[in-house]
Amino acid sequence: MKLKIGVLGLQGDIEEHIEATKLALKKLNVEGEVIWTKSGEEVLSVDGLIIPGGESTVIGLLSTYGRALDAVKEKILEEEFPILGTCAGLIIMAKRAYDKIVGQTNQELLGAMDITVERNSFGRQKESFEADLHISVIGEKSFRAVFIRAPSVKEYGSKVEVIAKLEEYIVGVKERNFLGLAFHPELTNDTRVHEYFINLLQEYKR
Amino acid sequence: MPVSLVGSVSNPKGSKEAELGKVRVLRGSTLVKRGFAHMLKHGVVMDVTNVEQAQTAEEAGAVAVMVLDKLPYDVRKAGGVARTASLKAIEEIMDNVTIPVMAKCRIGHVYEARVLEAIGVDMIDESEVLTPADERHIWKWNFTTPFVCGARDLGEALRRIEEGAAMIRTKGEPGTGNVVEAVKHVRILNKEIRLVKATYESNDEEELIKLARELNVSYELVREVGRLGRLPVVNFAAGGITTPADAALMMKLGCDGIFVGSGIFKSSDPLERARAIVLATTFYDDQKIVAEAQKMVDEKKSMAGMDITTLELRMQERGKE
Repeated sequence: MKLKIGVLGLQGDIEEHIEATKLALKKLNVEGEVIWTKSGEEVLSVDGLIIPGGESTVIGLLSTYGRALDAVKEKILEEEFPILGTCAGLIIMAKRAYDKIVGQTNQELLGAMDITVERNSFGRQKESFEADLHISVIGEKSFRAVFIRAPSVKEYGSKVEVIAKLEEYIVGVKERNFLGLAFHPELTNDTRVHEYFINLLQEYKR
Repeated sequence: MPVSLVGSVSNPKGSKEAELGKVRVLRGSTLVKRGFAHMLKHGVVMDVTNVEQAQTAEEAGAVAVMVLDKLPYDVRKAGGVARTASLKAIEEIMDNVTIPVMAKCRIGHVYEARVLEAIGVDMIDESEVLTPADERHIWKWNFTTPFVCGARDLGEALRRIEEGAAMIRTKGEPGTGNVVEAVKHVRILNKEIRLVKATYESNDEEELIKLARELNVSYELVREVGRLGRLPVVNFAAGGITTPADAALMMKLGCDGIFVGSGIFKSSDPLERARAIVLATTFYDDQKIVAEAQKMVDEKKSMAGMDITTLELRMQERGKE
């Protein structure tokens, strides 16, 4: 059973996710390929999708072109289709999003997760940071998490599980096979988040 | 490491420990600064001078905006001294768009950079478009805010990285609407990187240190370029990009993204052109989409552009040491 994992490749740190996923496959000794997905057709061909970091407004806008967004919407009607979204990816997966300073914005969202996301929740780049974080689903050992103009989850539905918190900020959530993170696991060598996502994918494929 | 940390000084002053409630966090680290640039990849940064232009850029899909007092084309026309933009104008833009806001400071002008950091711009461009304030560049490791700098070849790029730049862009020739110099600079960069890579892969250390000395940069950085086969930081194209096809060309040459200066807001179809350049940047490897993007703009509405050979002011010559 070979896995096919797509990284939504429109804008952002696409190559970093491709590399991290390949590394995680190797560590787990799982056979699989990772593809750069731009079009709707490519999205329809994968077993799971990663939405990278970048600017959520840009990724959303470009997704409407080439129908990638419609394809993802079609896919998530299948009950357990796994998606990992980091930073901008988390925002795009949300039902509702607003900016901390500017307020309500009219941007394209997938609406896959029953969450409200606040963009630029920690402030501007000067306030961006790295910190040790506990992520419940990957074990006790802390994870060095990089937060870049990061969002956070302000409200969530009853089916959403909070998997990571930094003080009062919710920075990791899971609903069905959707995994949304406010930080960037693809920027460090620690592949535990990607390994966890691959495990989700394997269960879904079974 | 997906983000190369090579070339970083130990304990840079701009890197600061802080508390977020009870959690200890680290701000302005090389990872956080270079990581920010990674988030801009495959995107288009657009030069703007006011809120209206910034909102147009955001609506069109800009990954960030760069605030100037005048667009590079107008800087050329106006002559005199070009300085950093009004802080009020920058702040007004920061309050009205959700995407990152960058601003330019003069080469070597530590205090223009300090005031930009103080008001919270997301990235500072130490730029040759403005009139240089010093023949030396800013020691950028002292800042928590990341910097981008221009370069025409590998030596310039690595010297800026050594000073703490978290991102590089080609210089091109700003404000001309002429892409030729940006093409030239990225070709020179690519050629030099190929040479360093081949030298690294043949384990010829004697030659590698000779190259480092010729480039006037550290051996460590040259080695990293050889190992990676590219710059250790994100590298964008800038200087003269005017049409969707220009943007696609620069992406095809291996740039990580695009800066558009005068090209958008000195044209008579800015919104359509901005959208089209964003599209061509993402889908540069698909001729059909680039053609569609190119159809969205009208060549009669492009900025006029200038011949490089007759220019009185070559901004790219500024700050090359």
